[in-house]
Amino acid sequence: MEREFIPSDYLPIIIQSVVALGFVVITMVLTHVIGGKRKKIRTLRKDENFECGIEVRGNARFPFSVKYFLIAILFVLFDVEIIFFYPWAINFKEFGWDGFWEMLLFLSFLLFGFYYIYKKGALNWED
Amino acid sequence: MTIKPIYTKVDPPEGYSAPGVFATTFDKVIGLARSNSIWPLPFATSCCGIEFMATMGAHYDLGRFGSERLSFSPRQADLLMVMGTIAKKMGPVVQQVYEQMAEPRWVIAVGACASSGGIFDTYSVLQGIDRVVPVDVYVPGCPPRPEQIIDGFMRIQDLVANEPLRRRYSQEYRELLIKYGILKEK
Repeated sequence: MEREFIPSDYLPIIIQSVVALGFVVITMVLTHVIGGKRKKIRTLRKDENFECGIEVRGNARFPFSVKYFLIAILFVLFDVEIIFFYPWAINFKEFGWDGFWEMLLFLSFLLFGFYYIYKKGALNWED
Repeated sequence: MTIKPIYTKVDPPEGYSAPGVFATTFDKVIGLARSNSIWPLPFATSCCGIEFMATMGAHYDLGRFGSERLSFSPRQADLLMVMGTIAKKMGPVVQQVYEQMAEPRWVIAVGACASSGGIFDTYSVLQGIDRVVPVDVYVPGCPPRPEQIIDGFMRIQDLVANEPLRRRYSQEYRELLIKYGILKEK
């Protein structure tokens, strides 16, 4: 049977949205209301982001080599794929030869990927 | 065999008590809470820092006073504990760390070097951290024993417990900070 949805079915969603929005707005207003009227001491150095006591120099948002990102993301990729080996290694005997061939296939895909990035020069740090 | 748990209690502040009711002033309650939950920021630069490590250790255990949680960020710290020689180059760093602590904040100078420069009466050493930040308690010794640090800490607790809530908003306090160059005059 086809179920029909009438607009009132969506009422809980609307209520939830209103509560979520209301909570945020009320909290933001309330902190200002109960936070006290007296003037707090604020200075330039107190409002700084960093707090180790050393003066901040320059801007952190400058361009740097994309190689760092490539190496990091490739590491994550291969690292995660290694994790798939663990369940196989634990059930090595149960899976038998079938499991072995499947894992070998998986590994060959991996190695093909590795060969690809190697040929593309993604691991080439010098240039 | 059952182990009876040991709870450390603090004495209630002055006030009126009736069965199930206790009335006192806001200042005293907040002072009581604050003085037994001070989060220290250790600024350990030399041998007094080693003594402080002993103070935090199991034998002396500063955690008994509600301070086992050291704050390594000035934003959440209540008490700046300067322990050790402060070179003149380090002065602005101490001042900035103090400045970035949230109000109310207290400072304890542990050891001779932090209090007065100690034996380092030279061109490169700050002759006491009270040249850059206002200090509440000085602990003598070179280096002081952990008992002395704890004694100084308890003096801080007395100050915290008895401080009026409006002190940090007062003109007097502003002038104090202006005197140290932390706040600019308006």
